[in-house]
Amino acid sequence: MNEQLYNVSANPHVRDKATTHSIMLDVIIALLPATLFGFWNFGVKAIINTVLCILVCVASEYIWQRLMHKKITIHDCSAALTGLLLAMNLPPEVPFWIPVIGGVFAIIVVKQVFGGLGQNFMNPALGARCFLLISFAGLMTNFSYQGFGGSFDATTSATPLAALKAGEMVDVKSMFLGTTAGTIGETSAVLLLLGGVYLIAKKIISWKIPVCYIVTLGLFVLIFGGHGFDMTYLAGHLFGGGLMLGAFFMATDYVTSPITPNGQIVFGILLGILTGIFRLFGGSAEGVSYAIIFSNLLVPLIERFTAPVAFGKGGKK
Amino acid sequence: MGLLTFKGGLHPYDGKELSKDKAITEYLPQGELVYPLSQHIGAPAVACVKKGDRVLVGQKIAEAGGFVSANIHSSVSGTVTKIEARTTVSGAKVQCIIVENDGQYEQVDFTPLEDRSKESVIAAVKEAGIVGLGGAGFPTHVKLSPKEPDKIDTIIINAAECEPYITADYRCMMEVPEKLISGLNVMLSLFPGAKGVIGVEDNKPDAITRLTELCRGEERISVAALKTKYPQGAERSLIYAVTGRAINSSMLPADAGCIVDNVATAIAIHEAVLLGKPLYERVVTVTGDAIKNPGNFKVKAGTNAAELAEAAGGFKVTPEKVISGGPMMGMALGTLDVPCGKTFSSLLCFTKDEVAACEPSNCIRCGRCVTVCPAGLMPTKLSEVADRGDFALFDQLNGCECVECGCCSYVCPAKRRLTQSMKTGRREAMALRRKK
Repeated sequence: MNEQLYNVSANPHVRDKATTHSIMLDVIIALLPATLFGFWNFGVKAIINTVLCILVCVASEYIWQRLMHKKITIHDCSAALTGLLLAMNLPPEVPFWIPVIGGVFAIIVVKQVFGGLGQNFMNPALGARCFLLISFAGLMTNFSYQGFGGSFDATTSATPLAALKAGEMVDVKSMFLGTTAGTIGETSAVLLLLGGVYLIAKKIISWKIPVCYIVTLGLFVLIFGGHGFDMTYLAGHLFGGGLMLGAFFMATDYVTSPITPNGQIVFGILLGILTGIFRLFGGSAEGVSYAIIFSNLLVPLIERFTAPVAFGKGGKK
Repeated sequence: MGLLTFKGGLHPYDGKELSKDKAITEYLPQGELVYPLSQHIGAPAVACVKKGDRVLVGQKIAEAGGFVSANIHSSVSGTVTKIEARTTVSGAKVQCIIVENDGQYEQVDFTPLEDRSKESVIAAVKEAGIVGLGGAGFPTHVKLSPKEPDKIDTIIINAAECEPYITADYRCMMEVPEKLISGLNVMLSLFPGAKGVIGVEDNKPDAITRLTELCRGEERISVAALKTKYPQGAERSLIYAVTGRAINSSMLPADAGCIVDNVATAIAIHEAVLLGKPLYERVVTVTGDAIKNPGNFKVKAGTNAAELAEAAGGFKVTPEKVISGGPMMGMALGTLDVPCGKTFSSLLCFTKDEVAACEPSNCIRCGRCVTVCPAGLMPTKLSEVADRGDFALFDQLNGCECVECGCCSYVCPAKRRLTQSMKTGRREAMALRRKK
């Protein structure tokens, strides 16, 4: 009789093509337009800082896993993505040791100490950004830069959001396009939106978090902003600061956002409210980073109260 | 009527083009026939022949071992050579009746049922040894005897065939649709207040057209187009799609006023009642990228699976994995030296084992498993609870509602074996419940 033996395993016997690696790569691809724009807008130092961030993050992960005798997982690209996101959140002219400290903090302190990929309770890139912001406030809020083209005045160092907070007028068109001061990756609302649409179209992220976030913040600004239906003011808040970057790329980080569909809606709304409070009533013009890392902490709670109802258990049908 | 569906699910590559246009051909077995006494849900059947007995086609060789159990009939004429334990599809050794085929196919007389009263129809279905042919193998006479027959208002024919690759039901719908409708009419005659619905996924438009045409004169029967989405043919999902009623694991379809039977089962009912022919053969799809000539075969119960692969031209290359049933819920076979029982719907042979090629890594909490779960669960959380061995918590989190459809493992980008943990969790949690 046929004595050939075959592989056995529990069902299912087929698998989807998407992998952790392919998902991380897709997010990196979605970030590329805004990154390249940042390079063009802010010049050589932005490029060096970005490359540094990525290298330091990947190296930190490799060295940690090596020392801890764990499986090396840098090929999944999650560390590279963290590095890229961290760079997006840095002012272009920070000294080179800032990306080094930031990268090590993001990967070692926020991610690996808690168990590595999937176990961190807070977005590593944002955790590092906030750490840097608190520790080196001056460097991290100095937004002066020298662009490539020299078309922008290198002394224009106030971000549009800071101008808005100071009661000045902002140019919505340049904010939409991104030709303003800011961190490396946050300025171009249109290219970040493009990346966000790519992620939603490829079903990497759901629309729930970014849409709920942006709509809630918009409403909050309309109600509490004190400018009524001033569309320029509203647009300034939506296109300014880290909102687009935060809403599409940081708040949607799988590990630190709710996995339940309803939880994602709650999470988005919470982010909108917190960002509104921080921006309008807080000391700083910015609010996105703190809103996200604070909400990250509430994810287990949100998930607990938004667990899906098991099929056929929802009372009388 | 718009497309009916349920929440969750996904679209795996369906591979049906390999065999969907291959007409059903009859395969006559060459070697010995092996009849496991347990090839259905419930108590094993009890052999009523002994070594040396001569048996005929359609002769009962094992008697149902209880109410939830089923008779077994010989599919060939020949001599009983042994009754011994043999490896079956599940991998377990089961007592089997072994019959040496004499190649005569001499059959017992089949007499159509004349008395069409409810009791005698159900008795005929029971006598014919009919079980759910979709894969579960639940005895059909039990399904047809609900506690409150008056509450049954819908009889659903599960013609979704949502498992990738399998085309056996599709071929039956294309080749013998009148038998399917006749079988459904027999069931409807048992429940005067019920209507019949044939639910077909919309990736089989020709079957929908064909059945709709034939049902034009049937007042009580309608054909429903279902959205092509796995697991559309899972009983609870199907009932929800057709009636909008949701049942959970502790309820029966009858609690939602439904009886669900698949295409092959309805055809078996037709044959049992109108022709008096017991269930001893079924249509099997033999396919996969390792098979030379994929096709659909009418196979005698008890035929060896290796023979079946040969019937389809044998292997192009040695497969790495062979599966009884579909790729989502089927069982991997360690060896092809097993008999095809009543629930053997398909033999799938893959050159590559996708599962072995994937190394599980950390959960990245993408939430895909939550989105696709048709039971509304959080597989990543439940599998973690199950792996930890906390089966009481597993039950508390509704883990027992899992239908083991495989969607969570399929979509997981970290390639975690979620379904496997869920299955273990369910089994252990059920055992805990029984202990209480």
